[in-house]
Amino acid sequence: MSTPIQNIAGKINNLRSKSLGQILIDGRALFALIAIIIIFASLSPNYLTVDNLLIMSKHVAINALLAIGMLLVILKGGIDLSVGSIVALSGIVAGYLIRGVQIPGTDLVAYPPLWAVVIIALAVGSLVGWVNGVLITRFRVAPFIATLGMLYVARGAALLIADGKTFPKLQGDPALGNTGFRFLGQDTFLGVAPGVWFMIIVALITSLLLTRTAFGRRLYAVGGNERAAGLAGVPVDKIKRWVYIFSGFCAGLTGIILASELTAATPQTGETAELNAIAAVVIGGAALSGGRGNIRGTILGAFVIGFLADGLVIIGVSEFWKMVIKGSVIILAVAIDQAQQKTVTAKKRDKTAAAAAKKASSSKGNKTKTNA
Amino acid sequence: MTSGRVVLKARGITKEYGVTRALKGVDFEVRAGKVTTLFGENGAGKSTLMKILSGVEQPTSGTLEMNGQQVSFASTTDAVAKGISIIHQELNLAPNLSVRDNIFMGREIKGRLGVNFDAENKATQQVLDRLEEPISPDTLVQDLRLGQQQIVEIARALSAESSILIMDEPTSALSNTEVEVLFKVIEELKARDVAIVYISHHLEEAIHVSDYCVVFRDGELVATAEAKEVDLPWVVSKMVGRDADFSTFLETGKLGKPVLEIDDYVVPDPTNPARNAVDRVNLTVHEGEVVCIFGLMGAGRTELLESLAGRVPALSGHVYVDGEELTQKNITERIDLGLALVPEDRQRDGLVQSMTVGQNLSLAHLGNLVRRLFIHNSSEEKEVAKKIVDVRVKTSGPGALITSLSGGNQQKVVIGKVLMTKPKAILLDEPTRGIDVGAKSEVFTLLADQAKKGMAVLFATSEIGEALHSATRIVVMRRGHFVAEFIPKKTTREQVMAAANEETKKGKGK
Repeated sequence: MSTPIQNIAGKINNLRSKSLGQILIDGRALFALIAIIIIFASLSPNYLTVDNLLIMSKHVAINALLAIGMLLVILKGGIDLSVGSIVALSGIVAGYLIRGVQIPGTDLVAYPPLWAVVIIALAVGSLVGWVNGVLITRFRVAPFIATLGMLYVARGAALLIADGKTFPKLQGDPALGNTGFRFLGQDTFLGVAPGVWFMIIVALITSLLLTRTAFGRRLYAVGGNERAAGLAGVPVDKIKRWVYIFSGFCAGLTGIILASELTAATPQTGETAELNAIAAVVIGGAALSGGRGNIRGTILGAFVIGFLADGLVIIGVSEFWKMVIKGSVIILAVAIDQAQQKTVTAKKRDKTAAAAAKKASSSKGNKTKTNA
Repeated sequence: MTSGRVVLKARGITKEYGVTRALKGVDFEVRAGKVTTLFGENGAGKSTLMKILSGVEQPTSGTLEMNGQQVSFASTTDAVAKGISIIHQELNLAPNLSVRDNIFMGREIKGRLGVNFDAENKATQQVLDRLEEPISPDTLVQDLRLGQQQIVEIARALSAESSILIMDEPTSALSNTEVEVLFKVIEELKARDVAIVYISHHLEEAIHVSDYCVVFRDGELVATAEAKEVDLPWVVSKMVGRDADFSTFLETGKLGKPVLEIDDYVVPDPTNPARNAVDRVNLTVHEGEVVCIFGLMGAGRTELLESLAGRVPALSGHVYVDGEELTQKNITERIDLGLALVPEDRQRDGLVQSMTVGQNLSLAHLGNLVRRLFIHNSSEEKEVAKKIVDVRVKTSGPGALITSLSGGNQQKVVIGKVLMTKPKAILLDEPTRGIDVGAKSEVFTLLADQAKKGMAVLFATSEIGEALHSATRIVVMRRGHFVAEFIPKKTTREQVMAAANEETKKGKGK
């Protein structure tokens, strides 16, 4: 009986490598991206320049960071509509702290150091995500409703803190020791904007989280069949809460980067950003029902949306047509994905069924031989 | 008894699902004004045949004739239009709609201004009166208890005025009085020349109501007889196959220490707060024992096992594994302490369909495969590969989609997943539901081997053959209570059946 073990151990590499269907789906998003680049490069000489690519990547990074958080939520079979508002809230919190906090009852104004500003702003984003998670797991509010409510609450909170105004000039003051905020949005490294570096770092870490850790595997299981996962001892509610916290954290990070890029925090920042993030995840081949999707696809999805939108601006297409085209691309991507998914699964099923049948008949043959 | 006119004839019906053959060339007749009852164990092919007759599934080959004309049913609506209705075993009701709306769903009575609700109400009231059920047509289905919902399902089929009516386990959730009313309605229908096809796990009840008995085994029709010439032992012997009577019994080896202890355990009934699904049961399963909980549908087996696994909290009572109390623990902690469940509904509770065979196998054991944050790939590969061989999963490899496997192999994966957590006691709810005979015996051989290695095995079934030949001890469960205990070697199937059935028998004796 040792040979079958060896045989199977040899084949087990399948467990790690991506399935054929997954490669095709990822490949399609990549193909779309290449097509977009070729089309716009031929329409405008300014499109495929290093400067423009760097600017477009900066735009993509903002959406991609949100999309990574959204991917985890969608893998779980949920949705997070509050991320756009969290972007604004965490930016406003950062701006508020940099501008100085009046200590109640005194004339003193406290200027927290920059690291504290960043940590508090990230914590605010994560906290909003945690509230989402608690509403969904403890109070059994549907994710759509809980995060829709939070969309308004967080946006309202941002407007309240800022009194509806913008916090400008967030470069800080050397005398107060809170300078350096530009580091998060403006100081390029190797010519590339900080947002893009953050995107790369978060994507790599999250990819490891999804593919290599027990948390990632369990997340896919919860998205695939929540009841079965629960019965296998997967702590379903805990995983759900962490996923919303992570999504809130990503949105908080995005808010800080955006505020730094603009050296200003506006309570209107990030409106409808949640929809762009969902679009990126979906174009990247994730299933809204949960259990299917990956980082690579999501990042590609963010690039498709970003490069398409900026390209349309460069060749001078009107804002209105831009919306129509973007929407059509999203629908088309999902329609193709559905059709492809169906054929890939069917093909794979036939193949494995045939292999199993063959194996079964051959092992039966062996059995009778040994019996005789 | 004159033999009724043959209204529906099936010839050479074969149905294949991938590599498994659920039906193997079945010839089958239904007669007007008669009840034709189908007997057979789970997976024998009854339900598949009924799905074909009611338009849910299409046969792979074979023909159907109605009143001498060849027919085919493209869909359930098509079958209803041609005069065949079915009362499904699983309730197919929209809980958010009223009784009336459910009964007329898809065939609303149209008036000048949309639906004629008055006419629908009147018709609903009539059919409910016939069933002697005091439910208002306006009641929402979700407010009814399970038995009443089953009545609504029956009412819907009745109101379609079909010439052929299929009843798949119509009494599983009904009280004794409701069952008697149903039998009265069946008599009425017979008088009106309606042909009835009846399926039930309550064998005596089914023999009592039927005119013709048809027995299925492993996808084949093995016997047909008039009901008056038939008794329980005949049906059982045909269902199980004669040679099964000579098959071996599981020997109780030397009993080890007690592993799983259940003490005065009570589980509430989620559909009916007035009663308990499991009522003060006590049981000890020792090392090396394979104990079977035998009971009919609705006896409380599933409720007990799901509660033991930690999914539903117990109302009172205690459960211990190896002397350690688990009563307050959650599912994860129970698995860690050595108690895990193989659930009844494989698709709903057992498998993650979007994942591979390997990923499903390691799911419950993942925590132990983590080294420094990450899943240790080579340990996972090794353990998964070993388990695939251990539980004899026929698959092209661990990377194959779980959905590509046959039912039996999927079940072996679910069992393998549980075994991977190295449980001290394993619970299995209907472990052979919907799998073929070969896989069945493999599953039980596997369980016997595990028991020999010192595990305590507790499984629930409604199949008498399994209870007698795969367990070292049988506990009979009826309406939430343990009512009898048998050693398979020293008992007959009639004794076990009688213990499980007693109340229904009494009801009929009146």
